[in-house]
Amino acid sequence: MGILDFLKRKPEPTAAVAKERLRIIVAQERSTRGAPDYLPLLRNELLEVIKKYVNVDLEAININVERDAGHEVLELSVALPDGKPAGSAAT
Amino acid sequence: MSAEIIVVTSGKGGVGKTTTSASLATGLAMSGKKVAVIDFDVGLRNLDLIMGCERRVVYDFVNVIQGEATIKQALIKDKRHENLYVLAASQTRDKDALTQEGVEKVLDDLSKDEFDYVICDSPAGIEKGAHLAMYFADHAMVVVNPEVSSVRDSDRILGLLASKTRRAERDNGSVTQHLLLTRYNPSRVEQGEMLSVKDVEEILGINVIGVIPESENVLAASNSGVPVILDDNSHAGQAYRDTVARLLGETRPMRFLDAPKKGFFQRVFGG
Repeated sequence: MGILDFLKRKPEPTAAVAKERLRIIVAQERSTRGAPDYLPLLRNELLEVIKKYVNVDLEAININVERDAGHEVLELSVALPDGKPAGSAAT
Repeated sequence: MSAEIIVVTSGKGGVGKTTTSASLATGLAMSGKKVAVIDFDVGLRNLDLIMGCERRVVYDFVNVIQGEATIKQALIKDKRHENLYVLAASQTRDKDALTQEGVEKVLDDLSKDEFDYVICDSPAGIEKGAHLAMYFADHAMVVVNPEVSSVRDSDRILGLLASKTRRAERDNGSVTQHLLLTRYNPSRVEQGEMLSVKDVEEILGINVIGVIPESENVLAASNSGVPVILDDNSHAGQAYRDTVARLLGETRPMRFLDAPKKGFFQRVFGG
């Protein structure tokens, strides 16, 4: 550290942020890799249907395709909120 | 004995694919191998400039594929190494001029002509040119910068290498994947401003075969049309030599991963 360093603005140490963001996005993209193209659309339409009855957001729906020898498993999980059903559900 | 086909690819543009292709091809030729390096970036020819043979291009890759020239007519002999040849991309056609059958025929002809290695310099992106550059590969050199978009794109490319190549489709073993980290700046890594080698290895789950430090010699080399591996005094050139040696099976320690020590004046006055 030089005595004149205070004159220079130092960039923030942001490598750790980059690493964390990449870790998450790479894991997410790997989990959907090789999955059918319709998966994102399916996910959105399912969300629309579920939203009619329960108040959930996009993050609450998880779709995974797993391959075993000879067959594929489409796994869908929805994390329901603790609260009451959406107000519009009855209408 | 068929030629080993190595694709140099990355997904993202501007990370150093062509610089790497030129140095890799030159390095293998320096080790006595017979090498051809092919520019797959149809429409945006650049490898010829980096190799310093831009004024000697008569026929290109597309001419050969369309039967307008033979492979022998189109290969440009390197002026420094007699066992190194360049096949330039077309400047005038679009990427649809490449066909899978055409590429396969060129690669087969090079094998018959006793080439040891064919380096395929991929265009950026994941469209036709990039797909064809990787399709027939035995090995892949994935070039990545320590930067978020480059790392993400290279993960995508690693996925494609494992599924959209001839080896993958025929269940014929997999394409050997090598990761090459370029434009690495050890001082910025030490300051926590740049992803480290270890970070990139952890995120992508694959070890690097080499780390090329960011260096002003790379620009100087491309300015003069001399692959940087021939610049013995530059760290980048030496790091490329190490990488080629590792590719040929040698074990060499990684160099240039630490920031240069600061002298007294730099310590006091910054710099």
